[in-house]
Amino acid sequence: MYEFILPNAWLIPALPFLAFALIGLFLHRWPKVSAGLSIFAIAAAFILSLPIAAAVFAEEGGAVFEFSTRWLSMPGLNIDMGLLLDPLTAVMLIVVTSIASLVQIYSLGYMKGDPGIASYYSYQSLFAASMLGLVVANNFGQMFVFWELVGICSYFLIGFWFGKESAKNAAIKAFVTNRVGDFGFLLGILFLQIIFGTLNFAGLSQEMAGYTNMAVLIPVAVLLFFGPMGKSAQFPLHVWLPDAMEGPTPVSALIHAATMVAAGVYLVARAFFIFSSVPQAMTFIAVIGGITAIFAATIAITQNDIKRILAYSTLSQLGYMMMAMGVGAMTAGMFHLMTHAFFKSLLFLGAGSVIVAMHEEQDIWKMGNLYKKMPITTWTFVIGALSLCGIPPLAGFWSKDEILLAAYASGNTGLYVLGALVAFLTAFYMFRLIFVAFFGSNTYGQEKAHENSGVMTIPLIILAIAAVFAGFVNSPLMHHAFGHFVNNPAGIQPEPSTAIMISSTLIALAGIILAWVIYQKKLISHEALRDKYSVIYNLLKNKYYVDELYARLGDIFVFGAARAMFWFDIHVVNGLVNGIAFLTGKSGDVLRYTEDGQVQSYALYMVAGIMILVVVATIAAVSVIV
Amino acid sequence: MSGFPVLTTTLLVPLLGAIIIMCLPADKHKSIKYTAAVTTFISMVLSLAVFIGYDKALGGMQFIETIPWIKDLGVNYALGVDGISIPMLLLTNLIGFSSIYASWKIEERAKEFFTLLLILISGVMGTFITTDLFIFFLFYEVVVIPIYLLVIMFGSTKRVSKEYAGMKLTIYLLIGSAFLLAGLIALFIKAKAISGVPSMDMAFLGTLDYSSGFQILVFAFMAFGFGTLLSMFPFHAWSPDGYAGAPTAVSMIHAGVLKKIGGYGLIRIALTILPIGAKFVAPVIAVLAIGNVVYAAYICLSQKDLKYIVGYSSVSHMGYVLIGIAALNIISINGAVIMMFAHGVMAALFFAMIGNLYEKSHTRNIEDFGGLAHQMPKLATGFMIAGLASLGLPGTVNFIGEFTIFVGAFSSFKVIAIIAITGIIFTALYILRTLGTMLFGPRKEEWDHLQDLKGPELVPLVVLGLAIILGGCLPFTLMDLITNGVEPLVAQMALIQIGGLF
Repeated sequence: MYEFILPNAWLIPALPFLAFALIGLFLHRWPKVSAGLSIFAIAAAFILSLPIAAAVFAEEGGAVFEFSTRWLSMPGLNIDMGLLLDPLTAVMLIVVTSIASLVQIYSLGYMKGDPGIASYYSYQSLFAASMLGLVVANNFGQMFVFWELVGICSYFLIGFWFGKESAKNAAIKAFVTNRVGDFGFLLGILFLQIIFGTLNFAGLSQEMAGYTNMAVLIPVAVLLFFGPMGKSAQFPLHVWLPDAMEGPTPVSALIHAATMVAAGVYLVARAFFIFSSVPQAMTFIAVIGGITAIFAATIAITQNDIKRILAYSTLSQLGYMMMAMGVGAMTAGMFHLMTHAFFKSLLFLGAGSVIVAMHEEQDIWKMGNLYKKMPITTWTFVIGALSLCGIPPLAGFWSKDEILLAAYASGNTGLYVLGALVAFLTAFYMFRLIFVAFFGSNTYGQEKAHENSGVMTIPLIILAIAAVFAGFVNSPLMHHAFGHFVNNPAGIQPEPSTAIMISSTLIALAGIILAWVIYQKKLISHEALRDKYSVIYNLLKNKYYVDELYARLGDIFVFGAARAMFWFDIHVVNGLVNGIAFLTGKSGDVLRYTEDGQVQSYALYMVAGIMILVVVATIAAVSVIV
Repeated sequence: MSGFPVLTTTLLVPLLGAIIIMCLPADKHKSIKYTAAVTTFISMVLSLAVFIGYDKALGGMQFIETIPWIKDLGVNYALGVDGISIPMLLLTNLIGFSSIYASWKIEERAKEFFTLLLILISGVMGTFITTDLFIFFLFYEVVVIPIYLLVIMFGSTKRVSKEYAGMKLTIYLLIGSAFLLAGLIALFIKAKAISGVPSMDMAFLGTLDYSSGFQILVFAFMAFGFGTLLSMFPFHAWSPDGYAGAPTAVSMIHAGVLKKIGGYGLIRIALTILPIGAKFVAPVIAVLAIGNVVYAAYICLSQKDLKYIVGYSSVSHMGYVLIGIAALNIISINGAVIMMFAHGVMAALFFAMIGNLYEKSHTRNIEDFGGLAHQMPKLATGFMIAGLASLGLPGTVNFIGEFTIFVGAFSSFKVIAIIAITGIIFTALYILRTLGTMLFGPRKEEWDHLQDLKGPELVPLVVLGLAIILGGCLPFTLMDLITNGVEPLVAQMALIQIGGLF
């Protein structure tokens, strides 16, 4: 059976692509058919992924299969479209297809009544196809192709409600910021192509084995990392992700929390053989990840929009994963990617359920007491939050613990402390959200709140189950099966430490208790705190003013320069041409007096002209020939 | 099919159409348009047949036709196509066919319009399929006349008057051609002196050994002539004004294919015949090309008129082509050729959409629009396809061009390539801002009366959109052909350098 299914794994991205093409070309007039086809395609992709994962995991340590077909080739450049099926791919296939299926089913409820359902599902299908194409890529060229395609799907879906000015701008911001990262990524790819003559992962890994010219490898690795910095929204290219929340909430759950933004982490894991051979690049990755984690967590504390809190949480967790990669714990990073995908998409879908129930209200202070009206949403949300905070034995506990352990074991005590602080902040801001929105005393708009239909709550329940149990795959209970398959010889897999487990749990509990004290029991007034530390509060509330800084710089160096250059073009470059034309015209005015209408003088000019021509032609011919 | 003169037929069918239209009464608009559509359709199908029928295993010039014409000058009516010219031939006919439909609404003086348009299409086609230098030049000059008349008769006046635009286009074309002519004559005389035989055959001229000094001088002349046509910085000023003044179909053909004669000529004539000159002058071209890519992309950010945006954007994209040519390796030249094709279909689609919108709204200022996707979803799709192609999104043939050029250029000059690659950021910025301002955002009720694309208006979108996407998803169809044409050229260049002329 595996012999048949493995070479046909291309069907996994191809089915959603076919759905996209059919909807785009023919079916867009029938929203229900479009939605059905799209869900069918992604569900089929999920079902196909299962035997592929089984085939890969059947072998001790994980099997590797590779297939490819010629796509763009010429002497000196060869880019295939390929399938690389190994444990890393298998994990991603399962994560992407399962969450995408659930999100698409959930969208049936969320997008109900929207006039653009058909195009929504066509973009969803295109996204699924591109993301799966990225996941199975066996070379950097293919990776880049799908990397950009998921970017454009993200652009379309952020700007899905294109009538909104804010959605339009957020979409542009997302794509252009990503382009800045991709600029570096592309340069990195070009360097690899020029130096090693191949972009195939296996080929590069072989070629690089004996290559030690660090003066070249350091810039190459750092440039390559620019791609993940854009896609996974790492500081300082993080600005687009919070704004991306303008898109429909299921899109935020799938693309801007679970899958696409994790592609950067996946790329680092995929190209771990490059990064791990350059210690300086690894340090760079770890530091960028650490900065992003703490930077976003502090901002999340002050936000009031339920989706923005989750968005900053996503940023922070992506930083966590990058930090894990940077300290060499590829297994821990990928493990956290997987658990995070489940609980964060759960949290976003839960938020979407609240938003629908509250009729588009997103401010947590205008919610309250939702647990009575929306029990399923509330309790699945709490499970997701506990998992995110790292409370044992939920999924997030196992993966977060491994990251902290890796930071500690690799000797990066600073990063370990930072990680612990982020864990505390995470617990605090998540339970601030929960106590205010779900258990708060505010009853504003309560009468209209209601639990949503099964099409929305069943995906929540399934994801909640995953958020509880997904962590066991790399726990001592299952003998660290995940790490057994997903690892890299250059990576580290430190021995579990009870001390770290206990301390990280206590830190998370402390965060929850502090949130409970302030926001539930109201023993400390949060207004008073805000007023007392207003400078810090404003700095965090305004996201450290990074967006404002970028806007200012852009005004001067991009748009200002653009206007200056246009002035130059019109007045100098064009002016030069017009000046020559003016001189020609003027000399024509002078010469006009030679046109006196006398046939004799014309004849004279003609003879003179011919004589001059003959002389010139002779000289020219002689000089050219000689 | 061996005896059938397929290239001559492809070339002459539009001319035949022009003659038929001249004989039709001026008020028979329907017949005039159908004649134009049918003749360009035949040419398009024939060029597709050439594209499919070309034997890659055999390589070289195929579908050859030769009729001696002027013995004393060694001029032959010689046609033939290889891997470099077929994409250009195909491009001309895809755009030619689409441009007829983009002009479907023309009622006033339709007879003159379609006659001139068909002559123009034929003329452009001629330059790509001839293997004789003299015939090449002849067709190049033939093109100038209909362009000028079409712009001043049917153009539009915005920032500059249409008369000014027409004059500017024509004068620049003529200045370019004057330098070209000087280069050609020098080449002919020198070749005759070396070989003793008068010949205008490009392949024959390429086999002779010219001295380095001569090569550098003549190559510089040609680079100036072809470069002006390709809107090489700082000789690009005609391009935005010219496109802004020209009617839709002329903008499509000019930006889509006519401009590409410059790039094609540089590769087919200048590089092939004067490889040492190329080696010497190429760095200069590469530096100027940065001016194209970055400077023009910046200017796009400050533009409000759609045609100026696409005009400057095409100057910017031609910078990639110039860098590809200047890098002088097989990958970069492959990239330059496919980029010319890619930019051609993209720019033509852009201009077709702009023309359609302008016809209905009588404005091209992007700030007058907003949320047009509400009223005109199909037009918005056309703009999006062209826009995404323009910013080099994978899945469009433009990505293939840009990526290949980057790889090729990067192995020849690193710094220039890096500066040029920053263009991908600015292009994304100005394209998405332009499209965002026009198409997205709140619905503007003043445009509720605009009708979306329908019937014949859809033809450019379907034909050109399909070419963009098919080329992007199946790049090997075009690229294998182009490699086939470029490989012998690069091999010959390498041979001459080993031959020790330096």
